[in-house]
Amino acid sequence: MQSETVAQKPIEERDHVVIRFAGDSGDGMQLAGMHFTNETALAGNDLSTLPDFPAEIRAPTGTLAGVSGFQLHFSSADIFTPGDQPDVLVAMNPAALKVNIGDLPMNGILIVDKEQFTEQNIKKAEFTSNPLTDGSLDRFQVFEVSITKLTLNALNDTGLQTRAMMRSRNFFALGLTSWLFQRDIEPTLRWIESKFAKRTPEVAEANRRVLKAGYNYGETAEVFRTAYKVKPAAIAPGRYRNITGNAATSLGFVAAAQKAGRPLFLGSYPITPASDILHELAAMKGYGVYTFQAEDEIAGVGAALGAAFGGAIGITTTSGPGVCLKGETINLAVSVELPLVIADIQRGGPSTGLPTKTEQADLLLAMYGRNSDSPVPILAPATPADCFNVAFEAIRIATRYMTPVFFLSDGYLANGAEPWRVPAAADLPEVKVEFRTDPVGYYPFLRDPETLSRPWAIPGTPGLEHRIGGIEKDYLTGNVSYAPMNHEQMVRVRSRKIAGIVREIPPTELNGPDEGDVLVLGWGSTYGAIESAVRALQAEGKKVAHAHIRYINPLPPDLPGILSRYRHVLVPELNMGQLVRLIRAEYLVDAIGLNKIQGQPFKVSEIVRKVSSLMEKK
Amino acid sequence: MSENAEATTALNRKDFVSDQDVRWCPGCGDYSILAQVQRLMPELGIPRENIVFISGIGCSSRFPYYMNTYGFHSIHGRAPAIATGLKASRPDLTVWVVTGDGDGLSIGGNHLLHALRRNVDLKILLFNNRIYGLTKGQYSPTSERGKVTKSTPLGSIDYPLHPITVALGAEATFVARSIDVEAKHLTSVLRRASEHKGTAFVEILQNCNIFNDGAFANITDKDQKADAQLVLEHGKPLLFGKNHDKGIRMAGHKLEVVELGNGVSEADLLVHDEQDPALAFLLSTLMPPTFPAPVGVFRAVDRPPYDAAMGEQVERAKAKLGTPDLDALFNQGDTWDVAP
Ligand code: SF4
Repeated sequence: MQSETVAQKPIEERDHVVIRFAGDSGDGMQLAGMHFTNETALAGNDLSTLPDFPAEIRAPTGTLAGVSGFQLHFSSADIFTPGDQPDVLVAMNPAALKVNIGDLPMNGILIVDKEQFTEQNIKKAEFTSNPLTDGSLDRFQVFEVSITKLTLNALNDTGLQTRAMMRSRNFFALGLTSWLFQRDIEPTLRWIESKFAKRTPEVAEANRRVLKAGYNYGETAEVFRTAYKVKPAAIAPGRYRNITGNAATSLGFVAAAQKAGRPLFLGSYPITPASDILHELAAMKGYGVYTFQAEDEIAGVGAALGAAFGGAIGITTTSGPGVCLKGETINLAVSVELPLVIADIQRGGPSTGLPTKTEQADLLLAMYGRNSDSPVPILAPATPADCFNVAFEAIRIATRYMTPVFFLSDGYLANGAEPWRVPAAADLPEVKVEFRTDPVGYYPFLRDPETLSRPWAIPGTPGLEHRIGGIEKDYLTGNVSYAPMNHEQMVRVRSRKIAGIVREIPPTELNGPDEGDVLVLGWGSTYGAIESAVRALQAEGKKVAHAHIRYINPLPPDLPGILSRYRHVLVPELNMGQLVRLIRAEYLVDAIGLNKIQGQPFKVSEIVRKVSSLMEKK
Repeated sequence: MSENAEATTALNRKDFVSDQDVRWCPGCGDYSILAQVQRLMPELGIPRENIVFISGIGCSSRFPYYMNTYGFHSIHGRAPAIATGLKASRPDLTVWVVTGDGDGLSIGGNHLLHALRRNVDLKILLFNNRIYGLTKGQYSPTSERGKVTKSTPLGSIDYPLHPITVALGAEATFVARSIDVEAKHLTSVLRRASEHKGTAFVEILQNCNIFNDGAFANITDKDQKADAQLVLEHGKPLLFGKNHDKGIRMAGHKLEVVELGNGVSEADLLVHDEQDPALAFLLSTLMPPTFPAPVGVFRAVDRPPYDAAMGEQVERAKAKLGTPDLDALFNQGDTWDVAP
């Protein structure tokens, strides 16, 4: 390496950059993306990510169906989305190029692995001619890099098989882009060490070498004339860590259970995109976490409810198809009034749908998807890091009100990452769990006058032996009762109890003028796109505001007042219009929807366009 | 019998009778089972508050309402799953599951199977009356083929499941059968079940006198029962008959009934072994009229229960971690500071 003889290349400063890694699902693009993200987080940038991968673990190599991508937006200012389109596209093969090139703007940077553009691969990607030579890429800055060859060269004396060497190609791409954006590769080297050094030292060595080769190639080869730098973001002071939504969700659950002083019991059946929560929690047993991988979705929630009967914090994690199966048990929890949290990490549907793609279409399922009048509180996090707060709050509400609670995340939040300002445990809200122990005057359904919740009396408590069940029960004693007026009283009190949760809801945060032309009302993972769009419009002087609700059942008490102060209310959702239906029904407001059902989050521009068209209306 | 002598003397059968009116049909076999369970409870010396009965849906599943312990009448088929969550997080409790042939083997078959193979320390009582009682008389997964019911006017075309065979197939560690009307035998089997560490599965032949009266008459009839029941006892030869003059012997890979005498002696008979899975399986297939119906413990083996193993993993992880520190957990991995 003659790096000392090479003059330092010029460094250009950028405010923000969007980079997308794309390759075959076996090419390790998610891994490259994750580590680029981690390096970027440690560089102090604000960031937002969008992993996008096929449902098949290994679709046929080189085909369009097998393309996996990872997009990262990083910036020196606050950002809220992974970016509408990439500034830089890394395409590891022709199929990845084909699938992604349409998103690259004019003059965008395109890095391709030259050796992968063989006749066979080009055909598999359904190109009729070689895009590298037919002039179709002329409007981009194309960098043809011999990633395959350079990777093999770097490893030629290791004795590894070619196939094994090829597995390190992603580290070349990672090294190269790390240089291009002046990221420190030290954290990635540390990770390689901790992950591979013990069990497979040869893999550790290969990855290390190729990562460095990629970095050095950027620095020395006369291919890239400039490197780019994005200064650290001016974000609120504190300690940060990069976190995905699923990791934040897991921590939120553990934190709430610890605050409650109770064990956490997760009953779960593996399902995309929720399984990572099961994995995370299974590794936290030291915090009194029990994880039960059940025989099916029904047993997962059943076991959680059984644990709740015994005084544990019972939770279950799943996605839409699993929620369908759990409905009857959730309703049992409604009837017996035991705390339970159902984390639904939504994905595209109906049926199996799009397992790895995002959607927000389970809201009405959570709201109404059970027999009879069955109110269940619904909470939804807005960003990956926000999953922590909302998961925590879900447990707090469940235990305080003795009720099942829905936590509605989605695939985009689950796998997306952003910097999380690490809270101090001492600053977290209280989660008060008190079991009834006094037999005097005890009735299983004697309600707290404020919250209307019944006492939590757990087995093992002398003198409080009682029976609960899904049959309608007497208002006070809990004994089986089929009496007509008692049933109406029970249906009404269950409903009043959930409606009373409004007292827990903080004032709705409003970004923008108190009144104006358009209020954009959102819930869940659309937060980033809406916030960016609204800020852009406000910068143009438009009277547009953004309200984002985390409590969907019950709705925030100040919402009707807010809705009434704008000419238009727009509700963007990744579904056919679900919150908008609730809002219209609840408040008789002429809210209109903006709906996208493509398994992809909103682009900022899509929301800007819609708001602009509304502004023109009278 | 018990370390908790005080609790034993303090409680009697009445202490386990709840204040709820029992609503089974008069003459239903469930009454007798309830009485035996209530009679057994004080003997076990377990404080009442540490006992939980969990059930699903069906006639048998009303059982918890009548026990003055903690109870959970849940939803159809799911009791084993709910009980697993309770027992795994509260190993200090004694958890009983009451289910039926429809609840346990039809809608809840999956949960039963997995509770059995995990060996969760649950006592599972399956009341088998070979019919759906609560929904008024449709055939069940244990009904004999050809059974004419409201839903099978031309006779059912399903082949039945044999609960004992199913439990053995799932490698349940304790598998037994008894009969509602055989009070003494039932109590002894229930006692063995309660003493077992791990899943104890007990099939109880139960008469539904409304919708399937006499389903087991050929086994329980006073005049026939000595010839129709084979009482299993560990280490004892498989003998039956009024005068203990018949037995079961191996013939190739099959079992056969033999009469003692004429050169056949007790020494030729199979000796019951609760630890022999092959023998348990063969016995589970025996039914009248060709064979007597075996009652008693088919299988009893030791295996660490699921709940204990789960608790151990959590305890080990806790010990390794020391005092749980949320701040340390939050700050795991790479972090960076943003200065004010
Ligand atoms: S229907 Fe049959 S099983 Fe049900 S209570 Fe009546 S007799 Fe018993």
